[in-house]
Amino acid sequence: MSQALLDVKKVTKAFGNGLLKSQDRVVALDSVDLSIPHEPATIVAVAGESGSGKTTLAKLVLGFTKPTAGQILFAGQDVADLRGAQLIEYRRQVQAIFQDPYEVFNPFYRVNHVFDQVIKHFQLADKGDDPEEAVKTALNMTGLRPEDVLGKYPHQLSGGQRQRIMIARALMLRPRLILADEPVSMIDASLRAMILEILQRMRNEQSISFLYITHDLSTAYQISDKIYILYRGWIVEQGDTARVIENPQHPYLQLLIDSVPIPDPSQRWDSAISLGGAVDGREATGCPFYSRCPARTRRCLTKRPSLRPIEGEDHQVRCYL
Amino acid sequence: MTDNHPRVVLDVENLQVQYPTALGDIVACRNVSLQVYRGEILGLVGESGCGKSTLAMAIMRLIQPPGRIVQGRVVLEGTDLLSLKEGRLRQMRWQQIALIPQGAMSSLNPVMRIGEQIADGMRAHGVEQSRGQMDNRVLDLLAAVGLPRSVHNMYPHELSGGMKQRVCIAMAISLHPSLIIADEPTSALDVVVQRLVIQTLMEIRQRLNVSMLLIGHDMGLQAQLVDRIAVMYAGRIMEVAPVEEIFDSPLHPYTRLLVESIPSIKERKPLRVTEGLMLDLRDPPPGCAFQLRCGQTSEICRSIEPPLLQVAPEHYVACHFC
Repeated sequence: MSQALLDVKKVTKAFGNGLLKSQDRVVALDSVDLSIPHEPATIVAVAGESGSGKTTLAKLVLGFTKPTAGQILFAGQDVADLRGAQLIEYRRQVQAIFQDPYEVFNPFYRVNHVFDQVIKHFQLADKGDDPEEAVKTALNMTGLRPEDVLGKYPHQLSGGQRQRIMIARALMLRPRLILADEPVSMIDASLRAMILEILQRMRNEQSISFLYITHDLSTAYQISDKIYILYRGWIVEQGDTARVIENPQHPYLQLLIDSVPIPDPSQRWDSAISLGGAVDGREATGCPFYSRCPARTRRCLTKRPSLRPIEGEDHQVRCYL
Repeated sequence: MTDNHPRVVLDVENLQVQYPTALGDIVACRNVSLQVYRGEILGLVGESGCGKSTLAMAIMRLIQPPGRIVQGRVVLEGTDLLSLKEGRLRQMRWQQIALIPQGAMSSLNPVMRIGEQIADGMRAHGVEQSRGQMDNRVLDLLAAVGLPRSVHNMYPHELSGGMKQRVCIAMAISLHPSLIIADEPTSALDVVVQRLVIQTLMEIRQRLNVSMLLIGHDMGLQAQLVDRIAVMYAGRIMEVAPVEEIFDSPLHPYTRLLVESIPSIKERKPLRVTEGLMLDLRDPPPGCAFQLRCGQTSEICRSIEPPLLQVAPEHYVACHFC
């Protein structure tokens, strides 16, 4: 089996060890397995709500924090072991774009500054590339004309333009993987497709893979090839995106999909939902969704289900049903 | 509460709101007219910067200087709010019209218990009752929004986002206003909690027969909740129609774009990509505000601003070709 590009292996991240009582220990991610293949270039979505652990996963993959248990391998190397030149190389190969297309800019500098910083940090001028050309090419790839945006201050541009500049900045480094954390949730609905289309084109034309982290199942469904559903630190369902979303097995995913408002006034929510029993503290054993699950049984409380495959498809679910 | 029950609760006529800047006035709301009928939920949609929040603030007369309302009328239950003195206006706010502003749930007082905050709000608007009666009223309000009694004694930080938002809704209905304006009431909430909050609003409308103006940009949510939709772009109303017609047969090119941009959870389709060219609100070109993005413009679009005209019962469009 060929090595994966990114291999998250049984990663657990817990906070508050040591002197605190076990109830105060927060386990943000629990034994998570996730992989992105070397090829073909793939858009892998990780979908979850707040508290699911997706932000923690992003920080781990970007090397901002280390796992409590498990490993994160990039092209076979443990990210936690990287130092010096190897670490800089990792940062070049694994880029990120974030949710807020305003926050990432220093408002006192023109937007060119973000490119200048990248050129300096990764010493692109020394490596024989013409940095100015690289900036122009990267901007063009996102559909921006350099003359429209270079020389302007961040507040003079729209959210969509700023986000495309951040994508261009990432592209300049010719990364293998881009981690996109809610890249369109602060962009107006009518402009989101434009940004998402750029991600798809980068996958197709530049063979860049994406780890697309979001709470928005609809956009994840529209653009990703594979999907992992996170609930309170656990992967509860995963597989080929179309299969998983069109045939959801886990009660939590079914609830999520039912809660996406259908843009059709003739198909309104008919039954009221409730959030189920109070969710206070983690269940020490058993399924994390137990207290909210309409289909729970005794067994669900005593022993945590493991991921089981669905008949020969690229689709697995962590549930006894 | 008025007892003549006209069909129209809120009538906004030719409202214009401007902000001066060093390089010219920004017209945030340009000649805006719309009506909210009794017992209905009117949706107001548009992208960020289109003026929808400014419109909400203008209706409540909460525009801060240097912004100002330069023309128009805002008639609530037969009274023009723009001509009222401050004292009478304060009375009307909360009792006749209530606002749940954007980010309301982050504005709860962190050092005051929830029950106390709700009671405080009522007392500030003239409700004088004994401690016991007030407590009962607050508990009734919490029940009306589906929150447990225990919330009465809790602090905001002990509540989830969805619960805090429902507290804000409870505050808004506390004096039985005729109209509630809710500005992006679910934007920071997870999708399951969002559904819960929307359902709460549905129940409130049904039980109290209160009218609502729901401001947002999520077309899916609008489809689930509202009766009619007004579409706003660059400070102007572009289309108003019953919600079914907005989704089945949108007429204005911008409305069509909004409807087509909704990513589906039911089927995968190619993304509908458009270029977003920003209109300079200080120096807009003559003619239609949407001309830079429309794709179907002709000479008249670039010279004459299309008026909002009726094309079918309850259906109004501002476009030369609709």
